[in-house]
Amino acid sequence: MNELKKRIKYNKFLSSIFLIIGLLSTLVGLFLLTVLFVDLFIDGYPRLTYKFLTSFPSRIPEKAGILSAWVGSFLILFVTALAAIPIGVAAGIYLEEYGRKNWITNIIEINIANLAGVPSIVYGLLALGLFVYFFKFGESILTGGLTLALLILPMVIMATRESIRAIPNSIREASYALGATKWQTVQWHIFPYSLGGILTGIIIGLSRAIGETAPIITVGALTFIAFLPSPPITSDFPFLSFKWLFDPFTAMPIQMFNWVSRPQKEFQVNAAAAGIILMIMTLIMNGLAIYIRYRFRKKIKW
Amino acid sequence: MVRDSIKAEVKNLNFFYGNVQALKNINLDILEKRVTALIGPSGCGKTTFLRCFNRMHDLYPHNRYEGSIILKPDDIDIISPNIDPIEVRMRISMVFQKPNPFPKTIFENVAYGLRVRGISNKKVLAEVVEKSLRGAALWDEVKDRLDKPAFDLSGGQQQRLCIARALATNPEILLFDEPTSALDPIATSKIEELIVELKNNVTIIIVTHNMQQAARVSEYTAFMYLGEIIEYGKTEKIFTAPSEKLTEEYITGRFG
Repeated sequence: MNELKKRIKYNKFLSSIFLIIGLLSTLVGLFLLTVLFVDLFIDGYPRLTYKFLTSFPSRIPEKAGILSAWVGSFLILFVTALAAIPIGVAAGIYLEEYGRKNWITNIIEINIANLAGVPSIVYGLLALGLFVYFFKFGESILTGGLTLALLILPMVIMATRESIRAIPNSIREASYALGATKWQTVQWHIFPYSLGGILTGIIIGLSRAIGETAPIITVGALTFIAFLPSPPITSDFPFLSFKWLFDPFTAMPIQMFNWVSRPQKEFQVNAAAAGIILMIMTLIMNGLAIYIRYRFRKKIKW
Repeated sequence: MVRDSIKAEVKNLNFFYGNVQALKNINLDILEKRVTALIGPSGCGKTTFLRCFNRMHDLYPHNRYEGSIILKPDDIDIISPNIDPIEVRMRISMVFQKPNPFPKTIFENVAYGLRVRGISNKKVLAEVVEKSLRGAALWDEVKDRLDKPAFDLSGGQQQRLCIARALATNPEILLFDEPTSALDPIATSKIEELIVELKNNVTIIIVTHNMQQAARVSEYTAFMYLGEIIEYGKTEKIFTAPSEKLTEEYITGRFG
């Protein structure tokens, strides 16, 4: 009897060791992140004003702002979303619902998984050759947006496939059994039911894209821009202009990188402040992703 | 007595999953507006056989049919590669083992078969939805909440909703694949009553594990074993005086 009690005690002791290791590991991550954020906040807080958001960069640290940077980030992201979402979702649906499962689709699948792990600078080099030199899009918003679209395309495809796979096969059979074609099944069932997961994947992809620096430096983002791209809406017919697509650009992480590399200490404060804004942008996007996932999960249960 | 007319003629049907032969030389006539039950131990091929009738096997690769299933009165061979499986599925509906309503409203679930056919006239849809739900003995329970999600219904109600969905398109044959195996006894007896009711208008083939169920709802029973039809005939005869020893052993519970 005593033997048994001893054994239980020993087993429980072993069990509690992992509890401690696990807890410590969790706290390390959490602690470091908190320190990082608090430190950034303390550094950047003095510059967090409305003027900071509405001023162009300047040689004088106190006058410098991030207007061209966040407008640039926003426009690039817009192009990225417009390019990556339809292509990625269509490819994901094709691979799951239409493509026959054979060795070709297996190779495609492995390649897409690998593409998600390719260093972003490699995408930058590819885009430099393809968009800048071959298609002659120039060092423009269009190039930047398409580059980041390439970068997040594998993520969008994989998110689409994952959420399609979560749909039980019985739903497909129910649809086909009523005489539906493949497209009717996709249009009325597969796509709407997987939309929550797809949107979540898209937003997580976009929030990764917004922080990417290397590939857009490679395709020629400028580090100092004191003007905004041409407005998309004009006063003359046809009232829409796409000239902004071909304007040079800068983006939030590039502006930060530029300020960090300056010797003057005041610019470091600007960099920290821009970092806070970038972090808030990312947090908002991630929050949105969680909210969308929650909404759709609540609506659709199996 | 008037002889029952034939709705479908199964001739020398063989079916293969890749290299595995799942159905062996099946010959049988499905009679119009009668309930035909397929019974037999697990893995005997009854569900495989049932799914030939609406070409469900075409959804997956490496499946192969041989022989023919002639659908009357227009004498088309529904398993012929020249016949579009979509046409077959539009004429022959199916109710599955587990209730599988779409995560949409009750109304949209029933209306789906019509939407597939391009019907979007609200009045027509509403009429058919009501008629089908009445046909599936569900109307009184759901008429006030047609716009509510189908998943709010109980399991038995969900299965009747699936029956209504299958009825909405006026099928010539209605296939049931163990429709009550996921339901409690009360829901089961409701579905059984419904099947007996439905055969006045539609030909029914039902796969069941439950021999009492086959005895209660069907006029004809086919006993299958290892991919073959061992015995086929009037349900009464199969259950009271089977001519094959194997059938008798199965029915009396000596194996299966």
